[in-house]
This record gives sequence, C-alpha cells and structure tokens, in this order.
Amino acid sequence: MIKDITIGQYFPGISPVHRMDPRVKIILTAVFIVMLFVADSIWGLIVGAAFTLVSFMISRIPLKLMFKSLKPILPIIIFTGVLNLFFIKSGDVYFHWKIFTITSEGVRTAIFMAVRIICLIIGTSLLTYTTSPIDLTDAIERLLSPLKKIKVPVHELAMMMTIALRFIPTLIEETDKIMSAQKARGADMETGSLMKRAKALIPILVPLFVSSFRRAEELALAMECRCYHGGEGRTRMKQLRMTVLDGYACFYTAAFFACVIAVNILI
Amino acid sequence: MAVIKTENLTYIYGEGTPFEKKAVDDVSLEIYEGEMVGVIGHTGSGKSTLIQHFNGLLKPSAGSVYIDGEKLWEDKARLREIRFKVGLVFQYPEYQLFEETCYKDIAFGPKNMGLDEAETDRRIRETAQMVGLKSELLDKSPFELSGGQKRRVAIAGVMAMKPKVLILDEPASGLDPKGREQILSLLKEYHQATKSTVMIVSHSMEDVARYADRILVMNKSKLFCLDTTEKVFHRSEELSSMGLSVPQITRVFNRLKIMGVIPERDVYTTPYALKLVLGELGKE
Repeated sequence: MIKDITIGQYFPGISPVHRMDPRVKIILTAVFIVMLFVADSIWGLIVGAAFTLVSFMISRIPLKLMFKSLKPILPIIIFTGVLNLFFIKSGDVYFHWKIFTITSEGVRTAIFMAVRIICLIIGTSLLTYTTSPIDLTDAIERLLSPLKKIKVPVHELAMMMTIALRFIPTLIEETDKIMSAQKARGADMETGSLMKRAKALIPILVPLFVSSFRRAEELALAMECRCYHGGEGRTRMKQLRMTVLDGYACFYTAAFFACVIAVNILI
Repeated sequence: MAVIKTENLTYIYGEGTPFEKKAVDDVSLEIYEGEMVGVIGHTGSGKSTLIQHFNGLLKPSAGSVYIDGEKLWEDKARLREIRFKVGLVFQYPEYQLFEETCYKDIAFGPKNMGLDEAETDRRIRETAQMVGLKSELLDKSPFELSGGQKRRVAIAGVMAMKPKVLILDEPASGLDPKGREQILSLLKEYHQATKSTVMIVSHSMEDVARYADRILVMNKSKLFCLDTTEKVFHRSEELSSMGLSVPQITRVFNRLKIMGVIPERDVYTTPYALKLVLGELGKE
C-alpha cells in the first residue's frame, strides 16, 4: 500500500543525541564533514570512523538502519572504488594486464575514498534519524536568520517547508482514498501501455489537485484567523535551547577533531 | 444464496511493523440477495475496512470472502469483474469527481466495463433520473454544483454500473437534514426498483432503523451481531455499553414501558410510534 512509504527517516528516541539542540546537531555534522576531509591518512580516517560509530552507539539507533541508509549509495562506492583502483598509476605496481594497472597508491586511495564516503553517509543520516523534520526546519530557520539582513525570506521559506512536511501524510492518505474510489469504479492502473497508464492517472490527479487547493485555501484562512502575518515579531512555543548536553557534544566532537589533526601532524 | 459471505475474515494494518493493528477480527457473516442492510459501529470499529473487502480493494490477512459463491483473490484478474458486481461508494464521494461534465463522470464506470455508447447513455439517463438529477445538469461541470448535487452525481457514477450489491459508506454525512432525507429515500427507492442488495454504513441510528431490514453491528474490530432491526435494538443495554445508542424514539418508549404507560417496548421508528400512540388514545 502507498501508505507504507516512509517520509524522512526520523526514528523517535530519547538518547542524548535525540535530545541535543538541532542547531548544534547541524553545525556539528558540518564540522564532522570537514573532519573527514581534513584527515589525510588512514589513521586519521580511523579516528573519523570511530567518531561515527561511537555517535551511532550513543544514539541507540538499530544498526540495521545504518546498513539500510548505505544501501542506495552502494553503487557509487563501488564505482569510485573501481575508478580509483584502475586509474591511479603512481606507487608500486601490484598487477599489470594490458591497460589495467593496479598500484599500491590505487588500492590505498580506493579504500580511503570508500571509507570516507561510508562515514559521510552514516554521519549525516544520523542527523536525520535523530531529528524530526519539524525540528530540522526550525533549526535551519534559526541558523539562516542572519540572511534576513540581505532580504532573504528565511521565515517564509521555513514555514513553507514545515507546511509541506506536515501535509505529506495527509496527501498520501488522500491519494490512497481516491485511488480506492476510482478502482471501485473499475479504473485499471496496473495494466496497459505506458500511455494508457499515464491517462489512468487523470482520475486520481484531478481530484487530488482540487482537494489540495481547497486545503490550501482553508489553511490560509485558518492562519489568518489566528492573526498570522509572517515572521515579524513572532515568538515560539517550543524554544530551541542549548543545554549542558550540547556542551558535552561540542567537547566530544572537538576532542575527535583534535585527534585527527594530531594524527595528521604526527604521521 | 448469500450474495456476500465471509469466513473468519481478519485484516491487520501494517502487518509486521511496530504499528500493527487488527482492524477486522475473525468476522464470518452472510448477506442475502435483495436485502437492505445497515452497518453501524463506533468510529474505528472496522466498518470501513470490512466493506472494502467486499469488492476486493483490500486483501484479507486471513480468512476468505465469497461474492456470489466465488472466492475472491483466487484469480487477481477477476477482481475487476467483482468490482462491477459490488459497487462501493466511499465517504464524501464528491471528492472523487474529475471529469469536465457530470455526464462524463457518470460514464466513467460503465466505460470501464466496456459497454457501448448507446448502453452507456441509457444508463446515465436512467441513473441520473433515479438520483434526481435534472438532465440539464448533466452537461454542467461537477465543480459548479452544490454539495448535495455533487454527491448525487458521485452516487450515480457507481449506480450506473448496475452492481448487484451497492455499498455506501456514510452516504448522508455532512448534508443538511433535508439533503440526508432525500439521499436516503432515493436509496430506498433504488433498492425497491432494482431489487438489488444495498448496504449502508451510518452513524445515525434513526436512519438505520427506518431503512434497513437487518443491521450489522461492529464493535472493536469484531462482529457484534447481524440481525433484524427489532432484535438488534432490543439489546439496547449492550449497544449503549459499547458507545452506541438506540434511536431516540426507542429510548422514549423503553422508558414509557418502565413507567407502565404503554405496553410495547420495541419501537424504533417515528411513524410506528405515532400509530401506536394514536391507537392507545383511541382505546380510551
């Protein structure tokens, strides 16, 4: 059924990672990405990988989910791995056949890049696993708020994103209902040529559009009734607040970052 | 022969996920040809899920459904035929209208059945008349009509397939009292004129009492009972213990009986009550 599609990948929980301020989480994720690219030796990367794994453990997200997030990018990992393996020509030659050459430098870079990409994906998906989409947009709004000075409509963009996210499940449910209703009248969506199938979507899309417009109008009216007039002077019920926890998180990330730099200098 | 039959029908939403929920639990029932059945139950009692099994929109997690003696889901290709046999009108059906004119919208079902132009036209005119749509409205866009008229167009769209069984999920919800009355009485007329089986899901005990021959009561995903109107409303204590009530008029007469004013207890429609009261007055 169409309802089974998961939107976003928020995995509710009460771990320290979940309870962190989403703004701090976003910034630390950015720091983490920088950390992965600063590391230029295998040892530095091992520190980065350790950071990823430890963070994952703290968040208490099932390991199964970690592998799930890796699945879609597996082809990219293999592709870059193969490219690096065959096209880097420096270092000791391990293997040579016609135009294919495998060198020590090639193997090193291939492994290095693969580990880096894997860490990158796991680390960033940790952010979306532990932060609800609404918290995420809230945090983005606050982080981007300096851009208001140059007349970027940050609040409006964030509000649009929040509304869009809020209505995705509603729209899915609506689509499901309309599909069932048209199927009950004998609509056939599973067989026939591509053209025929595209045409079969009309009885679903038209009512869906009509109801979306109706919903949008109703929502606009409801917001106006509650005196919504944009972000100017608007306060929040749920304030984002930094706690000691965020301090620890910053300290923890900084410690790993320092390790990476130290490894870079020493080795 | 039973036109709809279920055997230990069970349906579980989101099977295998943490959000698993049994929506229909071990329901076995038989609906006979030519009956008018009312379906009642609390919100979330599984009524809507149950009726979606009757035309193969949902696949049972366990148990089976027979339509006209034919077991559903044995051959998936037959499901479409079944859907023409069992017409299902969803709640707020006016939200599924999509064509430029009412005429074309009603034609959607018959066209999917592969009927020719002449037969389609005949059926559209026939059903439009049945639901009380004036023929000049047929060329209008459904989006220009009033809510009640839109609903008639939507119901006509299913009726035009001439299903053996017509199932309606809350056909009168959201309409004013006059609109309710009109929709329900046109369904009764349709039932009498076509001799087909009609099932109406409703929250209004008064409506069900007035129009149904038998009543199906769902409670917490289970079938509570499927029996004649008198017998179902006779169990008023049990009904109210599960958050349902009996028609107001029945409550009045139950009380009158306790007070010893009137001997009869099973009164569930106003016209009958009126007759009874007039009879009692006549005696004096």
